Amino acid sequence: MDSIPILKIGSALLVTIQVDMHDQLATQLQEDLTTRIVEHHARGVLIDISALEIVDSFIGRMLANIASVSRLLDADTVVVGMRPEVAITLVELGLGLPGVKTALNAERGLALIGGVARDEAAAGDGDDD
Amino acid sequence: MAKSAAQGALARLITDGEAEILADWLRTFATGETRISEQEAKAQGKDLLHALGKAVADGNVADIGSPDYDEVRDLLTGFSRSRALQGFSPSETATFVFSLKQPLFERIRSTADVKTAADQLWAMSSLLDQLGMFTVEAFQKTRDELIMRQREEIEELSTPVVKLWEGIVALPLIGTLDSGRTQVVMQNLLETIVQTGAEIAILDITGVPTVDTLVAQHLLKTVSAARLMGADCIISGIRPQIAQTIVQLGVQLNVVSKATLADALALALKRTGRTVEKVNKSGRSDGALAAEMRG
Repeated sequence: MDSIPILKIGSALLVTIQVDMHDQLATQLQEDLTTRIVEHHARGVLIDISALEIVDSFIGRMLANIASVSRLLDADTVVVGMRPEVAITLVELGLGLPGVKTALNAERGLALIGGVARDEAAAGDGDDD
Repeated sequence: MAKSAAQGALARLITDGEAEILADWLRTFATGETRISEQEAKAQGKDLLHALGKAVADGNVADIGSPDYDEVRDLLTGFSRSRALQGFSPSETATFVFSLKQPLFERIRSTADVKTAADQLWAMSSLLDQLGMFTVEAFQKTRDELIMRQREEIEELSTPVVKLWEGIVALPLIGTLDSGRTQVVMQNLLETIVQTGAEIAILDITGVPTVDTLVAQHLLKTVSAARLMGADCIISGIRPQIAQTIVQLGVQLNVVSKATLADALALALKRTGRTVEKVNKSGRSDGALAAEMRG
């Protein structure tokens, strides 16, 4: 059973989904990610789905779930690299992913997370968990 | 049977008198107003008559759907198609076939027996009617295909995505937004976002005549899809009446909207950290003023 690697870049975690997602893999990813967010005090989670050609309501819900869980742990979720066809499919399915931030590519996604972190630092909002 | 005898006689009549009928037919045809050259008409008439002669050779003058008439049908289809594309009217096209009636009548008139003549007349008349109908149908079909193709072209043409600035694209929507067009618009927009790496997309609906709940829903879908790709949307070009309609319909647009494309561009520039300055003639800046837009 392969698992999806989670990489740490600065204060962000990078997840690149490159295989077809199925139930077990998704559940495991959610668990791993939650543990790692707490472990590394991550402020952002970057999920790269540029390799995903097919996204169904299941994966849509998984992304929304990860975003909700991360938000509870004070980390922003940014989904990056969504393909046009995938975006259209999700919209047609009625899954606009309202709680999830999006960016065109990983670079912009990181900038978004970094920007958020800087804003918070500037506002003097530095409470530790 | 008298009828089949009449049919056989008619078949013979067409095959035997082919050359004469053709000459008569072309004479009739030439007197009418026509836009195709005599030579072309002659060639077409000859081919058609020849094919018709072969088709009726077995005495089948009633059913033009049968394999006997394959060649005739092909010829008629080709010829209606070319006329439809040249802009002929349906009646002009059908006249070509119907004008064959007169020369055939002439031939039948010379038949001595009245009863046989009447039978032949009937068989010939119904045959030509069928052929005429077939021609008109083929003509109509070509026209429909033409309209279809033009509509596709219009759809393609009316959904351009324009790059306004580095990172800013605009989508001037023109015409009614139905499901089919929304799909095209969405696809175009998302592909452009990927190509140009745009962060902001401006949907300009100045050219959309009416906005009802369905159109609003389509707009929101497009906005949603662009957001999933990491681009923010601004809707611009909402005319006063349309703004009122949207409110009266109770549609929540939940998107940043501006009255004009200029306002939207100003906002987009501001969001991407740019300001527009007016430069006086000596080339010095008058200070940042244009960025001071409403909003």
